[in-house]
Amino acid sequence: MRHDEVVKGDTLHPGDPVIIDRYSTTARFNHWMTAASLVLLALSGLALFHPALYFLTGLFGGGSNTRAIHPWIGVFLFFGYMGLFFRFWKVNLWTPTDGTWLSKLHVFLTGHEEDMPEVGRYNFAQKAVFWWMGILIMISIASGLAIWDQYFSTYTTVDQKRIAVLVHSMAAIVMICIVIVHVYGALWAKGTMTAMLKGRVTGGWAWRHHRKWLRELAADEKARPGTPPATPAE
Amino acid sequence: MFPPFPNPPTTPTQARFGEGDLIRRSASSVTPPAQRQTEVAKLIDVSKCIGCKACQSACLEWNDLHEEVGVNVGVYDNPLDLTPASLTVMRFTEWVNPESQNLEWLIRKDGCMHCEDPGCLKACPAPGAIVQYSNGIVDFVHENCIGCGYCVKGCPFNIPRISKVDEKAYKCTLCSDRVAVGQGPACAKACPTQAIVFGTKEQMKSHADGRIKDLKSRGFANAGLYDPPGVGGTHVMYVLHHADKPEIYAGLPNNPRISPLVDLWKGVSRYAGFAAIGAFAVFSVLHSVVAGRSKVSEEDETNAKRLADHEGSNGSQERAST
Repeated sequence: MRHDEVVKGDTLHPGDPVIIDRYSTTARFNHWMTAASLVLLALSGLALFHPALYFLTGLFGGGSNTRAIHPWIGVFLFFGYMGLFFRFWKVNLWTPTDGTWLSKLHVFLTGHEEDMPEVGRYNFAQKAVFWWMGILIMISIASGLAIWDQYFSTYTTVDQKRIAVLVHSMAAIVMICIVIVHVYGALWAKGTMTAMLKGRVTGGWAWRHHRKWLRELAADEKARPGTPPATPAE
Repeated sequence: MFPPFPNPPTTPTQARFGEGDLIRRSASSVTPPAQRQTEVAKLIDVSKCIGCKACQSACLEWNDLHEEVGVNVGVYDNPLDLTPASLTVMRFTEWVNPESQNLEWLIRKDGCMHCEDPGCLKACPAPGAIVQYSNGIVDFVHENCIGCGYCVKGCPFNIPRISKVDEKAYKCTLCSDRVAVGQGPACAKACPTQAIVFGTKEQMKSHADGRIKDLKSRGFANAGLYDPPGVGGTHVMYVLHHADKPEIYAGLPNNPRISPLVDLWKGVSRYAGFAAIGAFAVFSVLHSVVAGRSKVSEEDETNAKRLADHEGSNGSQERAST
């Protein structure tokens, strides 16, 4: 069996129930830093997108500060996402299973995951979030630099800035929509928040949602610790 | 000769317009005054301009602005472009008239046009940073300005400039402080040839008519008034000897209007954006109600345990085969 779905640090602790380390402390830290910057960017960005939300500038110390801080949070997000990208890009590559999975999306949405093809560390939807967020973050960074007038006003024409500001706001809207799906998905599938909060999932969770990943882990002697986990599952 | 403005009174004078006369306020709504004040306008007769730059000096002087000493790059324009301190700048164009082969020296005083439909105000995200008075003056209110530069994107004439000192936007105010006490703008006062005159918009239009008739009688068949309808008309107008091609005057836009990109960004995109976000949120809620949460069963756990135990004993054997 090839080990395409396993990321360094994924560890299976046999027991009852089986416990699997899915996200290391640094991966979780990386994720939450990225998440925090996205939320702050959405709040500060929306404040300048529509007057009805201008009051949100109060969170950042007024309009001028919001304008000044927003792009820097963007820079922070860029590095945050790059960290996640290099950590997880390999397990987010397209596999033929993803096509089958997508064609049965309605089955997934109606809660019959047992009738879905077995997926690896990530299913199609999770991979879509990963890649689309990457693409949209790159679009936002590029268009954002074009309208970061404090430092880069002379590098683009006014017409290019007009396009950039429109593209920037549209990319942001799409990202907010994706984040909504991402957060909802994590809440919807019970046991998923534990993965990103505490780093571990139960074997049953992996069996249900990421069976191919579980199979690879189970077959991999190196993915097992010498001793059972210190804390049993709750 | 246009009658000059009388000298200002020496006694304190009540301002003739203020907060109560706003017809537009950026990123917020205002109750327009019951009665609109008479619209004012500045008329710049390009054919009478001698390029002395007295208007630039007067502007710096009145507004207490200090332009940095610049560099001569080989043209008369000084400074080369509008800056946060130079709210007006004379743009010099040497143009060969293809019909007469005459070299014509076109000198246009550039600056804010005080559009009836101001793109800067439309683009501005900060409540009250840009206001429009009922007399037509568009003014920047600096304590509300956040320095985002959206006004630059909204302006069809490329006028506002962001200061590197305080990160706020600057442009010609049409000397709103002078106009408020019955004076004309400083540039108009300083102009030695009355190429710049100021009054009500109607007065300026009729004055322009006379000037255009004169120009036409002297061979400028296309002389005309520049009061572009694409932005609802402006409160700074030009008399041009070649009104059929304004672009020869250092790129004065032929048919200026707020960019459709800005309209899209400030219009449809907001509704579409919030609708999309709302749709995703509603879908999530509905889905959780209809489909319920996805739960891991005891059976799942048992299966996982069986798999882990089974593979655990045969793992080495399996790995050898890969």
